[in-house]
This record gives sequence, C-alpha cells and structure tokens, in this order.
Amino acid sequence: MNKIYILLPIFISLFSNLSFASSPKSSLISDYKYSNGINNTASLQRGAKYFVNYCMGCHSLKYMRFSALAKDIEVEEKLFFKNLVFTNKKIGETMEISMKPSDAELWFGAVPPDLSLIARSKGGDWVYSYLNTFYEDDDRPTGFNNLVYPNTAMPNILVSLQGSQKLVLDSYNNPVSFEKVSDGIYSEIKYQKMTNDITNFLTYVSEPAKLKRHSMGFWVLIFIFIFTIIAYYTKKEFWKDIK
Amino acid sequence: MSEKTEPSGVIGWIDSRLPILSFIRDHLTNYYAPKNFNFWYFFGSLAFLILFLQIFTGIFLTMHYKPDAKLAFDSVEFIMRDVNLGWLIRYMHSTGASAFFIVVYLHMFRALMYGSFKKPRELIWLFGVFIYLALMAEAFMGYLLPWGQMSYWGAQVIINLFSTVPFVGPDLAVWIRGDFAISDPTLTRFYALHIVAVPMVILLLVFLHLAALHTVGSNNPDGVEIKKNKDSEGNPLDGIPFHPYYTVKDFVGIGVFLFLFALTVFYIPEMGGYFLENANFIPANPLVTPEHIAPVWYFTPFYSILRAIPDPAYGALAMALSIIVLFFLPWIDSNPIKSIRYRSLLFKINLFVFVISFLVLGWLGVKSVTPLYSELALRFSQMYFLFFTLLYFYSQSRDSLYSYAFSFTLISLLSIYDILRISADNYINLLVGLVLVGSFVLLMSLLPLFTNFNKEKEVPERLTE
Repeated sequence: MNKIYILLPIFISLFSNLSFASSPKSSLISDYKYSNGINNTASLQRGAKYFVNYCMGCHSLKYMRFSALAKDIEVEEKLFFKNLVFTNKKIGETMEISMKPSDAELWFGAVPPDLSLIARSKGGDWVYSYLNTFYEDDDRPTGFNNLVYPNTAMPNILVSLQGSQKLVLDSYNNPVSFEKVSDGIYSEIKYQKMTNDITNFLTYVSEPAKLKRHSMGFWVLIFIFIFTIIAYYTKKEFWKDIK
Repeated sequence: MSEKTEPSGVIGWIDSRLPILSFIRDHLTNYYAPKNFNFWYFFGSLAFLILFLQIFTGIFLTMHYKPDAKLAFDSVEFIMRDVNLGWLIRYMHSTGASAFFIVVYLHMFRALMYGSFKKPRELIWLFGVFIYLALMAEAFMGYLLPWGQMSYWGAQVIINLFSTVPFVGPDLAVWIRGDFAISDPTLTRFYALHIVAVPMVILLLVFLHLAALHTVGSNNPDGVEIKKNKDSEGNPLDGIPFHPYYTVKDFVGIGVFLFLFALTVFYIPEMGGYFLENANFIPANPLVTPEHIAPVWYFTPFYSILRAIPDPAYGALAMALSIIVLFFLPWIDSNPIKSIRYRSLLFKINLFVFVISFLVLGWLGVKSVTPLYSELALRFSQMYFLFFTLLYFYSQSRDSLYSYAFSFTLISLLSIYDILRISADNYINLLVGLVLVGSFVLLMSLLPLFTNFNKEKEVPERLTE
C-alpha cells in the first residue's frame, strides 16, 4: 500500500502552474499581485458596488444573475435594488447592459467585452494589474496606454480616483516604474484596495460555484476517507488467511 | 467445494432462463486470480469505474448542453451557474477525462513492466490499444464541445493533420469538418460521435478486453502462469477467487482514487491550466488565433513527436507510427520472460529511459517551440522509438555480429537524418544530440557482449510471495 505514494509526485507536478496566457512583458507587471479573498463578503460587496458604478456602463456580466449575486454577497433584496440596480431590471435577470454594440464600436473603436469570465481566462493578477497600469501616452486617442494590455481601446476611466501616472523607461526602453503626474481623489493605498475589491468581485463572478465547492468538498473528502478506512479493514479481515 | 444445488424460487426461475448464477460463478466467485496482485493492479478496475462515471455525468450534461455553435459556450456557463450542482457534474466530467488518461497510462505501464501483453494475452493487449485509441478520439471530440478558444484551435490543429494525407488529404479534412473551417456542422457531428458512437465502441471494446482476459486469466507481478499448478479440484494453487478477495481489495483502491479525485474536483478543477485550459474560458473565435496553442496534457507526448519533424506530413506520419507501434508490441518483444523482476538490467534501464522520454515529450508538448526545445523533442522522439527497437533486440540473445550490425544500422539511420538537416545554425545542438543518442544505442546494444548486464534471472515455478 505504501506504493500509493508513487502517485503523489504525479499530482504534485500537475499543481505547478501553466503560466497565464501572455508571456510577461516586463518585471514591472509582476509587481502587481492581487490578494485573493472571495470568501471576504465585505470585499465582494464593495467590488460589486464599484463595478455597477464604474464599469457596468459599458461592460456586461451576461452570465451573472442579480438574484444569485444578491444571495452570494448576502445583500437583502430591497437594499440590493436600491444600491446595485440602476435600471428597471428584475431580480431574476442577468447583468446585461443597454449600450448597443454598434454604438460602442463608434464611440470607442471596439466593443467593450463582457467581463463574466475575464478573471478565469486571464487570471486575477492580470485584471488587477490592468486596472493599475494605465499611463499617459500622447500617441493613443484616449491619451492613455496600458502596460499589460498595450494599445487598449479603453479610456482610463478611473484616472480621477488614481491620479495620472507616467511610465519610466530604462536605457533599453524597458519599463522600470511609474511616476505620479497628478494626484487622484484616492490615496495610492485606497486605490489599490479598491481595484483589489473589483478584481475579487470579478474573480467571484467568473466562478460563483467556488464559494460552494470548497465547503462542500470538505465533507465529501471526510466521507470518502471514512469509506476508505472501512474498506481497508474489511479487506484486511478477508485476506487474513491468504499466504 | 460443496455440491452445487439447483436454486429455487424467483432466482431459480430466472436462472433457468438466464444464466446469472453461473455467470457470477464463472466470472466472480469461482474466477481465480493470482494472489500476488500489487499496487499496479488497481488501475484496471479504476478505469472501469471512471468509464461509468463519465457515462453517468455525461448523461446529465447532455440534459443541459446545447450542441450549437451559437449556444454551446453559453450553455456550458449555464450548467456552471444555473443548473443545480451543474458545476459539480461538469467538473467531475472534465476531471474524469484527465483521470481516465492517468489511470490508463499507469495501466499500460503495468502491462509493459510485467509483460502482460505477451503470449497468451496478445488479444487483451490489442483490444486495450484499440480502447486507448477510441479514448483519444472520445477525449478529442469532447474537448471541442465547450466551444472555447482552445477547443476550437486545438481541433483546428488536429483536423489539419488529416490534410497531410497524400492525394485525398484536403478533401478528407473537409469531409471530417463538414465545412471548410471548423463550424457548427463540426460541432454537431462531434457531439453525436462523442455521446453515442464512440462510447458504444468503447463499451464493446471493454467487453472484448474483459472477455479475452477471463479466457486466459490475469498475468501477475511474477509473470508466472498460475494455471500450470492446480490442486485436485482443478483450481490454481496460487489463485484466489476474484470475489470476495479482489472486490474488497479494489474498494480500497477506489477509496484512495476517489479521495484524490474529489480533492481535484472540489479544490483544483483546472489543475493549474492542465485539466481546463485558461484560454478555453474565451468563446471560440475563428478570427483570433491564441498566442499559444497547447493540446490537453494527455496528448502532449504525441504532439511533441508531431512537432519534432518540421515537415508536417512526416511529423504526422511519425505521430501515427508512435501509436501504431503499440499494436505490434506482443511481436516486437517475444522474450518468453514476462515480468521485469526476472529480466535483465538493460531491459530495466530501457523501460526507465522510455518512461522518462515519454514524460519529457509530454512536458515539451505544452511549451512553445524554440530551437532548443524542438531539438530536444526530436531526440526524445528518437528515444521513444529506440525503446521498441531495443525491446526487439533484447527479445532473444544476440551474437556479436548481430549486435554490431544492429547498433551500426541504428546509428547510421540517426546520422543520415542529421546529415540531411545540418546547417551552420544548428550543428552544435545537432552534434551533441547525435553523440548522446548514439552512445546510448552503442551502450545498450554492445554492453551485453562485454558484461553480464543483459543476464536474465531464472523464473520460478510458483509465485514468490
């Protein structure tokens, strides 16, 4: 039976990460790590509030139902409608938006993507660093560029909160740091906390089942563990006479 | 054993019309299996378990999935969010696919180690390889169904392989897709094949695999035929009835397996991007090619062999050969000693190196191509095929003339291929690789002449434990 440990290396080796799609464009990006806490309900509530206020004008969450969200972030229906729903949507509907794709194309040059799965396809760190690495660039129509998503069509809509920043390059044209050009309404720490909440919220939205599966898995594992113990001693009893 | 009495009542009524009791006797309670099965013998029953787990979860997924290019991606997300426990069913199915391959690979490795493919079990092995092929087809078609970017582009790469077939290739690829590009007809036909046709083929093959197994009986870690030593009642002395002994034992294996399985399903269903690839959470888009297309992990060793040769037609041929060669294994290795326990040191080294090569090929298959990686992929592909040639070489004792001719032929073949592709850019990598693989061939084929490394041990008459 000891040989079962042979299986462990196989599993452990599979844990090691297949790095998220894009190759790191600079080490500056890797400075931006978001702290995952989808079990932090307060953070999810704040994230939801920021999202509907700042993002949902353009970005939909077409797979997310208001009802499921209200339940998962533990906000009672009346309060939920008052604070998080600004249209005449019903509780069972999904978080879609009314901006027409054709209009969006005209205004921004690209249709703002649905963000239901962004944190799953790109990863939470990507979302977090995207929100933090807008910098001034006169070559772009919006006046801003982004370090993780170069030439993004999205305007820097949070600039009033974060303040404007410039990218500092070294002699090889590699980005090394950001330099504050003007202060925003939020302090640097507060802005990071805010974007962390948004990232957290989007991580939750990308897989709401994650809230359930961790707690359910615990009981399933205990059940299987007890089953295995019983099976093991049954086997031992049956095999007493063999050999 | 007591006299068999005729059963009465309901059981008797049925048994006189349908031989359930004799079936249970022949295949469970009076089916004798060697008493020394070890860890490696869990994987047959585990594969059987996963097969039914996949069918069971698959049935529930079909209740909610929509095989339509416009709806497929959304319907999977619907399952993940709005269907009660849909996420659990889906993760069980996606994890089950990977678990199936892990278990099948270990099951095949067991067969290699203990010579379970050898006479009289050639048919069991052949059915097994057919199951493996069907499983690859099943997994490949199933992977298209979520209609994500990796589904789409992975299928694109694989179906394009068929267009390298001489003369009919491009037409063949169109025929498979049902269109000039992967689109709705491809999705619907893959759906039909995935949920009906291939599973039926797999079930039939599994039935044949087991029927052939129960005809000749199981091999064991000693590679000794237990049917050669029987007691006065005609039962093998070293055998024990499958039920209850191995049924209770398999439950322990099932328990441990399910623990690891549940751990994956509930805590790491994506397995860091190996079981569920990140890019597959983006809907399929024919206009945007992902930066890096990697097949799911269980195909990557063969994908590496495909990429090892720059010309896609020859690459596809090499990949096909790497699977076809498995069918000939019972005749490649005709050495009468079955178990690794009594085979030579060189055989053990050969098998060990093969496992390493297979793992390295798998690892290379998820990486993007660089000159070094593609050189490595080529060398380890050569090692993959060398395993089989050496297996043939060790199948009987060879004299010195044969040994020299054997190593000379192999090294010449390797060199000819390298001479054809040498250039100013690659000659260092190429020479280093050639020297390493060449000296491996030399050592493995000439050492038997000068040392006793190829000395085999005597196989005992009875099981040793």
